[in-house]
Amino acid sequence: MLVRPYGDTRDDGIIQFSFTLPIAYSIKAPDVGKQFLEKLGFHTVGIAECKPIDPEYTFYVAYGRTDAGIDPDEVKGDYLEVEEMDYYAINALIKAKLERKLGVVGASIESDAHTVGIDAIMNMKGFAGNYGLERYPEMDALNMGSQIPCAQLLRTALERDADAILVSQIVTQKNIHVQHLTQLIELLEAEGVRERFVIVVGGPRINNAFAKELGYDAGFGPRTTPLEVAAFLAQEVVRRHDEA
Amino acid sequence: MNDALRLNDALVDRAHAAADAIADDIQQHIDKHTTDTTERATLRLLGIAGVNEIDVPLVNVVVEQARELLPGGIMRPFVDLMLRTGTGAQQAAEGVAAGELALMEVPGERRGAAEARAEELAHEGVARIDAVRRRRNELVAATGEAVKPYLYVIVATGNIYEDAAQAKAAARAGADVIAVIRTTAQSLLDYVPYGETTEGFGGTYATQENFRLMRAALDEVGAELGRYIRLCNYASGLCMPEIATMGALERLDMMLNDSMYGIIFRNINMKRTFVDQYLSRLINARAGIIINTGEDNYLTTADAFEQGFTVVSSDFINQAFALRANLEPWQIGLGHAFEIDPAKPDQVVYQIADAQLVRQLFPGYPLKYMPPTKYMPGDIFHGHIIDGMFNFTGIFTGQEIMLLGMLTEALHTPLLQDRYLSIKNAKYVFESCRDLANEVTFKPGGMIEQRANDQLQKAVEQLEEVHDIGLFEALSRGMFADVKRDPTSGRGGEGVVEVAADYFNPLFAALRDGRMSGAPEGPPPGGQAADAEGSS
Repeated sequence: MLVRPYGDTRDDGIIQFSFTLPIAYSIKAPDVGKQFLEKLGFHTVGIAECKPIDPEYTFYVAYGRTDAGIDPDEVKGDYLEVEEMDYYAINALIKAKLERKLGVVGASIESDAHTVGIDAIMNMKGFAGNYGLERYPEMDALNMGSQIPCAQLLRTALERDADAILVSQIVTQKNIHVQHLTQLIELLEAEGVRERFVIVVGGPRINNAFAKELGYDAGFGPRTTPLEVAAFLAQEVVRRHDEA
Repeated sequence: MNDALRLNDALVDRAHAAADAIADDIQQHIDKHTTDTTERATLRLLGIAGVNEIDVPLVNVVVEQARELLPGGIMRPFVDLMLRTGTGAQQAAEGVAAGELALMEVPGERRGAAEARAEELAHEGVARIDAVRRRRNELVAATGEAVKPYLYVIVATGNIYEDAAQAKAAARAGADVIAVIRTTAQSLLDYVPYGETTEGFGGTYATQENFRLMRAALDEVGAELGRYIRLCNYASGLCMPEIATMGALERLDMMLNDSMYGIIFRNINMKRTFVDQYLSRLINARAGIIINTGEDNYLTTADAFEQGFTVVSSDFINQAFALRANLEPWQIGLGHAFEIDPAKPDQVVYQIADAQLVRQLFPGYPLKYMPPTKYMPGDIFHGHIIDGMFNFTGIFTGQEIMLLGMLTEALHTPLLQDRYLSIKNAKYVFESCRDLANEVTFKPGGMIEQRANDQLQKAVEQLEEVHDIGLFEALSRGMFADVKRDPTSGRGGEGVVEVAADYFNPLFAALRDGRMSGAPEGPPPGGQAADAEGSS
């Protein structure tokens, strides 16, 4: 069944916009914005705000309606299927099935100096009321921090005989993250150890399909909680352990 | 509302005493060592610029060639080389880079002449810094001064020309300070890149030419607006004093310049950082630059509610180091932020308590208050309100340098319109609440006063513990930001050199000798200044 954006009446198709055009403000600036939105296929366009934010730029807030719709059942993709579990269930699963601690090594790799992502997932304190992986008694988690070269990350993972490697990439300008992430997978493959680890990547521009494309086992985007990552790691490592 | 909270004065005295003792201990280490970048910064002040054929800066080439001589300092052998060969500083450095000239141990009979000439050159270098500082004072007086709190925003396109365009737009929207974020990982380069740059990752290279280009852009827009626009960059990482030198010569107005940030967040060797921060701050002091410290970052790794006091204790330590490097209080923009989870009931109440505490602890210091980042949501509408409450806390507690939060903080480097909306948010809150703090008092013994005294108590206990075990050991135990660092590891440790008894660097004394004092003074911004002139 087709659905459309809901403003205050079913199928009214109302969408709000904010954008900037590189034009000096003038008396016709509102119409420029309006006709631009009409070109995109919106109708009943209302320009709520049209202000010069610089001599060369004009900022818009606007509303428009669309007749386009979408059928959610038609949307298919490569989504990560993880059974929802809580902290205690995850620890219990590892203890019962693995009979040893689940080893995890994490880092923000290469030139990326940001630890906010890897810290949120791994540090004891965690994020959004969720404990980080270091807090899990059945995990042996090491957060190496930022700007860790791929080779050092791999060496550490091998030394600790880790089950999983977690990589965070925050900086994405000029697609630098793709370069780093590819570099890690190539290194793992060159060393012949790609299959030894569950490899996971997280970051604001990461999703599962994209991660798979790059050769990772899973990808987590913004707003991911440590619990989601922990549940995936536990289920995936246990699954591989059972298969072996 | 200057002394609105009743704080325990005895605790404040103990905090200062402990921080002073901590800094004095480290100063002994500083006085016994020099570093590669300390020596390179000294050469830069002689006017040496440029790179060799493989883009290595000449100052790096010279210092590398003189590695064996570094315990005595680079100045004596380098100036001796100039005297021996009858060359200027730049020419001598080029000769060394070309392999045509070589530095050597200076024999006893030539020492006197080399040292005398080196002292002259150091004073000439410092005179160049003074001239730039005078120029700033003149421009502020002629252009107009912004009203505090300063609105501070960042640009980070990677392309200095794009940065300049965005910076001008931000200034026109109301920004008073423009910080050019550096490209990721520049802090870990053990040299300063050269020339203008148009490519960067998450920021723009700090180079002397980029400084110059941005300075010119801000002077231009400042004249248009009738308000001097301040430029900020980062004297941090592995080249702290060199970047301070560049900033002093190109009239930067602010520098991120922390005594411990590189250690904690960039894993730079602590022995190196403490030595580097000293000269960098002496230079900033001389140049009339306002430094910003980086404590706000502590609570991106540690929890703000539980660990907020570590920001307070680190502010005391940064203050003690800064005063030892000749900075005046008006130049010491101690950084702080206490980003408590917005889901916590009374979050803003605690946020106010923490911010008010720091305000009262450091009267006369231009505190830098840092916006929410860690809990900023993808829902930009909600994020805009969180930023609004942060702005409210800032104006209510008298912060002076407000780094403005962006509603899209969680998503991307700011779009043009994000910066506009952020400045609009701040201006609305600041103007609408400008006199609120003078109209209300805190409830004696209430939540805010209790929280503030509790934080102060914990900070004092931490400072005294740090003093007992030493700052190196405290950093090893992860007492700041929950990050553990070992004194023997970290980047750049190989560039730390124990000085010999005859170490010679006249720059240190020259920087302290006969300096100017006080902040620039100018008329209120824009139209008001023009009106005042018109009526006289």
